[in-house]
Amino acid sequence: MSAPTFLGLPTAPRGVGHLRGDEPFPVAARRALADTQLRRNLGKATRTIRAKRAAVVGELPDWEELRDAGQAIKAGAMAHLDRYLEQLEEQVTARGGVVHWARDANDANRIVVGLVRATGATEAVKVKSIVTDEIGLNDALAAAGITAHETDLAELIVQLGHDRPSHILVPAIHRNRAEIRDIFLREMGDVDPGLTDSPAALAEAARLHLRRQFLSAKVGISGANFAIAETGTLCVVESEGNGRMCLTLPDTLITVMGIEKILPSWDDLGVFMQLLPRSSTGERMNPYTSMWTGVTPGDGPQQFHLVLLDNGRTAALADRTGRQALHCIRCSACLNVCPVYERVGGHAYGSVYPGPIGAVLSPMLTGVEDNASLPYASSLCGACYDACPVKIDIPSLLVHLRARHVDEVAETRRVPSPEAVTMAAASWVMASPARYEAAQRGGRAGRLLGRGGRIRRLPPPLSAWTSARDAPAPPAQTFRQWWRTEHGDTGHGDTGHGHGEHGETR
Amino acid sequence: MRIALFVTCLADTLFPETGRATVRLLERLGHQVEFPAAQTCCGQMHVNTGYLRDALPLVRHYVEVFEDCEAIVVPSGSCTGSIRHQHAMVARRYGDEALARRAEAVAGRTYELSELLVDVLGVEDVGAYYPHRVTYHPTCHSLRLLRAGDRPLRLLRHVAGIDLVELPDADTCCGFGGTFAVKNADTSTAMLADKMRSVLDTQAEVCTAGDSSCLMHIGGGLSRLRAGTRTVHLAEILASQPQTSQPGPPEPHPPGPHTAGQAGAR
Repeated sequence: MSAPTFLGLPTAPRGVGHLRGDEPFPVAARRALADTQLRRNLGKATRTIRAKRAAVVGELPDWEELRDAGQAIKAGAMAHLDRYLEQLEEQVTARGGVVHWARDANDANRIVVGLVRATGATEAVKVKSIVTDEIGLNDALAAAGITAHETDLAELIVQLGHDRPSHILVPAIHRNRAEIRDIFLREMGDVDPGLTDSPAALAEAARLHLRRQFLSAKVGISGANFAIAETGTLCVVESEGNGRMCLTLPDTLITVMGIEKILPSWDDLGVFMQLLPRSSTGERMNPYTSMWTGVTPGDGPQQFHLVLLDNGRTAALADRTGRQALHCIRCSACLNVCPVYERVGGHAYGSVYPGPIGAVLSPMLTGVEDNASLPYASSLCGACYDACPVKIDIPSLLVHLRARHVDEVAETRRVPSPEAVTMAAASWVMASPARYEAAQRGGRAGRLLGRGGRIRRLPPPLSAWTSARDAPAPPAQTFRQWWRTEHGDTGHGDTGHGHGEHGETR
Repeated sequence: MRIALFVTCLADTLFPETGRATVRLLERLGHQVEFPAAQTCCGQMHVNTGYLRDALPLVRHYVEVFEDCEAIVVPSGSCTGSIRHQHAMVARRYGDEALARRAEAVAGRTYELSELLVDVLGVEDVGAYYPHRVTYHPTCHSLRLLRAGDRPLRLLRHVAGIDLVELPDADTCCGFGGTFAVKNADTSTAMLADKMRSVLDTQAEVCTAGDSSCLMHIGGGLSRLRAGTRTVHLAEILASQPQTSQPGPPEPHPPGPHTAGQAGAR
């Protein structure tokens, strides 16, 4: 198989939504790393969730088989995505829902704004949803004079704090309870001024604040965790019950869903209901699972609209290696185990999808050139792959996207980058034993830089290394020189066959 | 058994004692070690930085140099991981299915040192003597790419005189990640700081691992801090004998030939 062909399918458009950062990852990370409160909050939170997840995953004897099943179901769904989407549309329509197809964020925002306007409402309550944040729906609604109220506790904290989400599951993970109390006191007009920072008091304040909105809202807006093609059923998985309020109380429900959320059959859901809660909150089962199919007269919303969003997903699907990023079920297990995420937090990634999966998914949706620093925001330690409930090989995808980036840069630049020149030169040197050994001899000039066997300062770009680490000075003798001294010089050549009859044995 | 050593470009150039110790250890166990002189580099840095096309000649070179060997030992978890999990992928990406198959065959006979000792040679007590307080960092690629598991620890537990102490949060990355340490130096440094804190909490005099690159990273940080803990490759501990093992110096010195006890200092 040759390199994946880029078919030129549309990626997520610029200027709308939240898939692109304002600055490259290393710059944003540098600032985040200096925030000691953030480091403390993230370290504490991720450590807690990691331990909970490990405990509930460890008690399942068939966890690996479940992961295999999850992976297989997702791969099957992606392979026949066109068919399943049309089936979903058919089923939703037959049960009284209306399906809308949105090519990108602008399309989806226009559709949702139009639907809310048609109800005459100027307010909407929202279920926690990353996809509506991906497309910047709240901004689009605000521009149309419609106020969107976030009702998930963490999303509410983010919204009231004029902040950005920093975690897929726990958008306010970067805040501690003292900071949350300050935000509530400052922004929640109706709050008790004697509010303490006890979790119960904070939850009660949010409950009172939100209850009024649930009871008055005419429009609810949600995302979806799963959509079942064979029945047209939508599913939202949550912890607080606030989502269910939004899904059941308003007269109109608008669900925005990325097209990759589809599952072929009802049976498939059983696999994911075992995988998702354990991987995300570290619970055997989440407290609230809401499922609805079209419209039921006299019960729940009487208008149901489903907006199917592409926004770069078809472009991702066209990348045969990269497409497995679309298998993601947004559990956030990879964030919680990632040593990079744990230290820099979600904002440094500049996208609503942070962490290891975000470093893959965001560039896939926007095109690598718009998120070029993200595939490098990983040490490739592999903890994410081990934690992923659908076995997305994130480290391999990161390498794949680095290769895509390198190839794209090589195609567009008239003069190769200094890095590309260095890599090409290193390849040329390393492909030949003679050149390699000559380079080793040259490198031994580095001994002049060293004192006591270590080098304290190297020139750029290696100065980034010696900013915090000593570098080893080259030894008096390389290994191969030692071997030759001990075993005699049998020579080498560029033929590439140093072994066999010509090889040395002792 | 005839065992070919792929010493890795890093150990060859900067940490030759790792290679020498590997040779001493395997010979002491009664095996023949050969060093195919044409060997260079596995290409891991190129692959992991995205330069897969530039890695292709290195994949081909590795296959050509080692494909006649019955067993190949590599004193590096990450280079073994690259050979096993990336070489064929690189070949296939550029349409060379024949090379991919040859690469898979060679990779099947390529073993990281602890794998070779425990799985192929069936030995856990290698007769080593190392009277030091030691903590073991498992390294990400040994742990998660190779699934080396507790093989290195089983080998270390049999070393006479060793005071082996568990490393807290051992499975967390040290922050090296190849060019990651340069491209994302600040994040890498933050990860390194936490790893060093774990190492120093053990009060070990030696931090060991099966990979010179991670040791270069951790050791470079410890050396900069004058922390009083040094890094020593697993091969050097397993190769140590009563007559060669002496207390190491607190500060790094360039390793010279035939100074096994000291040579681990980076």
